[in-house]
Amino acid sequence: MKAVEVSGLTVAYDRKPVLTDVHFSVPKGKLIGIVGPNGAGKSTLIKAILGLIPRSSGAVRIFGQKYSPKNKDVGYVPQRGSVDWDFPTNALDVVLMGRYGCLGWVRRPSKKDVEAAKECLQKVGMLQFAGRQISQLSGGQQQRVFLARALIQEADVYFMDEPFAGVDAATEKAIISLLNELKRRGKTVLVVHHDLQTVGEYFDWTMLLNRKLIQCGPTKDVFTISHLQRTYGGKLAFLEKEQMLIKQ
Amino acid sequence: MNQIWQSIASDGNTQWVLWSTLLLGIASGILGSFALLKKQSLVGDAVAHASLPGICLAFMVIGEKNFFLLLVGAAATGLLAAYTIQLISGTTRIKKDTSIGLVLSVFFGAGIVLLTKVAQMPSGNQSGLNDFIFGQAASLVGRDVQMMAITAAAVILVVLLLFKELKISTFDADFARGIGLPVKGLNFLFMSLLVLTIVIGIQAVGVILMAALLITPAVSARYWTDSLTKMVIISSFFGGMSGMIGTLISTLGKGLSTGPFIVLSATFFFAVSVLFSPHRGIVSTLLRRKQNDRRLAFKWIMKELYNQPEPLSRNNLFLQSHFSNGQCKAVLKDLLEKGYIQEKERIELTVAGKEKAYQYKLVDEILELKDMYPNDMAFDHLEWLEYGQAEQISREQLVEIDEKITAFHDQFVLPSFTSAYEGGNKS
Repeated sequence: MKAVEVSGLTVAYDRKPVLTDVHFSVPKGKLIGIVGPNGAGKSTLIKAILGLIPRSSGAVRIFGQKYSPKNKDVGYVPQRGSVDWDFPTNALDVVLMGRYGCLGWVRRPSKKDVEAAKECLQKVGMLQFAGRQISQLSGGQQQRVFLARALIQEADVYFMDEPFAGVDAATEKAIISLLNELKRRGKTVLVVHHDLQTVGEYFDWTMLLNRKLIQCGPTKDVFTISHLQRTYGGKLAFLEKEQMLIKQ
Repeated sequence: MNQIWQSIASDGNTQWVLWSTLLLGIASGILGSFALLKKQSLVGDAVAHASLPGICLAFMVIGEKNFFLLLVGAAATGLLAAYTIQLISGTTRIKKDTSIGLVLSVFFGAGIVLLTKVAQMPSGNQSGLNDFIFGQAASLVGRDVQMMAITAAAVILVVLLLFKELKISTFDADFARGIGLPVKGLNFLFMSLLVLTIVIGIQAVGVILMAALLITPAVSARYWTDSLTKMVIISSFFGGMSGMIGTLISTLGKGLSTGPFIVLSATFFFAVSVLFSPHRGIVSTLLRRKQNDRRLAFKWIMKELYNQPEPLSRNNLFLQSHFSNGQCKAVLKDLLEKGYIQEKERIELTVAGKEKAYQYKLVDEILELKDMYPNDMAFDHLEWLEYGQAEQISREQLVEIDEKITAFHDQFVLPSFTSAYEGGNKS
């Protein structure tokens, strides 16, 4: 059974659609990089799948089940810039928010939840910052707190919106080892990603997107010059080709 | 003074009024905290102003001053205003602050026109609707006050029960939606609670100043804490006290409006917070900066004395220092008292002083390197060594730091260069 199946997804804020007729499916236990130029609709795709923005058409199935936000199998890591980091709360508290979904109405987190939150902070190397006000954390540390909040959800499928954007090298390493651990535990992770250089290294599946789905499949089949040219347009792809040649 | 207390103690109505403004203040303190964090404080202001036409319309329809029905009218136009703001900023290119300004002035203007109309009505002269502009808590009577108190209590209860849900939908609405919370419904509920609180508050505080009771306690509370729970508690305390103190003062004189005094009380708490709160307050910030400068001067002088091959004269030290002479003198006095220096004609470090200076030198150096190269593995596991904690460092830890620094610098030294240098030394 496929972990994520999307069919006929179209999103239009205005007359011009942002995404047109996107079909794809990904198997369980893969790390999938969603790659495409600026304005290609990568974040929109994730938000539309999760129902955070209305879609004009299309269906989403998670493990064969029609997806609704009540579905506890799905975890979401929004872009770091989407929240006000001056909010009066600390790192541990933000991680605990990941538990609010399964706690249900009115109930407060228990000691067990706090322990679980600390464990997740430990996994992203942030335990010593548990009590720190979130605005006092660096960008990379904030990103790791967001990841810990997703971890505590114990989901099977994760959607991450640009977790690598603007983070330091230590955080990038931490995120990558975390992604690999999630994969080892059979989780499926879809990651919006910007840096073409690292796609081959980080992801075993790649989805190329530019308003439409260009390709989706194992990275070695999908991440080719001709597909990249179709995604980025001739000129940009040419530059990328040179960069890749240099790398090789 | 005694007379006042006696009159309050004997007058049942005044007691009720006090209790209800206390509860009102608590409710607006709590809701104000969320409104502030949702960046909706000014929506509260617009809603408060927009309740005036509702009150007037309700009075024109029913023809008498029925507190409950007036408030229903107020809530209706208040909600309409909140909805209009959303509509304008959601569907046009007009920004939120502009749409708030538009809606506020239009509704309030309409309210003033209607108020003039009411005054021209035969029954309008004694309507007392003017009280709604600046608030007149003393004009509240038993049943009004009970209704106010019950509503405020209900609002407080709902927020406390849904605290967790309101918190996450305020901090990260997308994530809240992602875990299946009905964020739209929660926002609507919040807006309704906000309108309710404003509506029961306008008789006591007035439509013009009601927003201050929402904003001021919340923003004052933010100065004292970095935790939402504590912020809400402190804000409700400030709000409640402002409500009660303001009402108390306004009942002392005949015909004094309540709203201004409530707002002035809230502003008093705000001023205290801005000046004296422990971390963000102006006084503590200045003090901290001063202490910090002092500590820098202290370290600089210690290191300077340590680095100089010969003892320095006072004048020489002052000349080389970039700190003020006054600061240097104070530091030298401190150093003498601690026994780190001895001064005959010139200033010299004692044995204890040398040890301390060496410690400062190493710790500052490694912290500087750690800041410059945060990702270098050489400086992992140094979290215990934050700035300012350098006072209690053991000899072993010092050796460890020294080794780390040496190892770090060694990696940049080219082997050939080292051998050449050593070779040169030998010859």
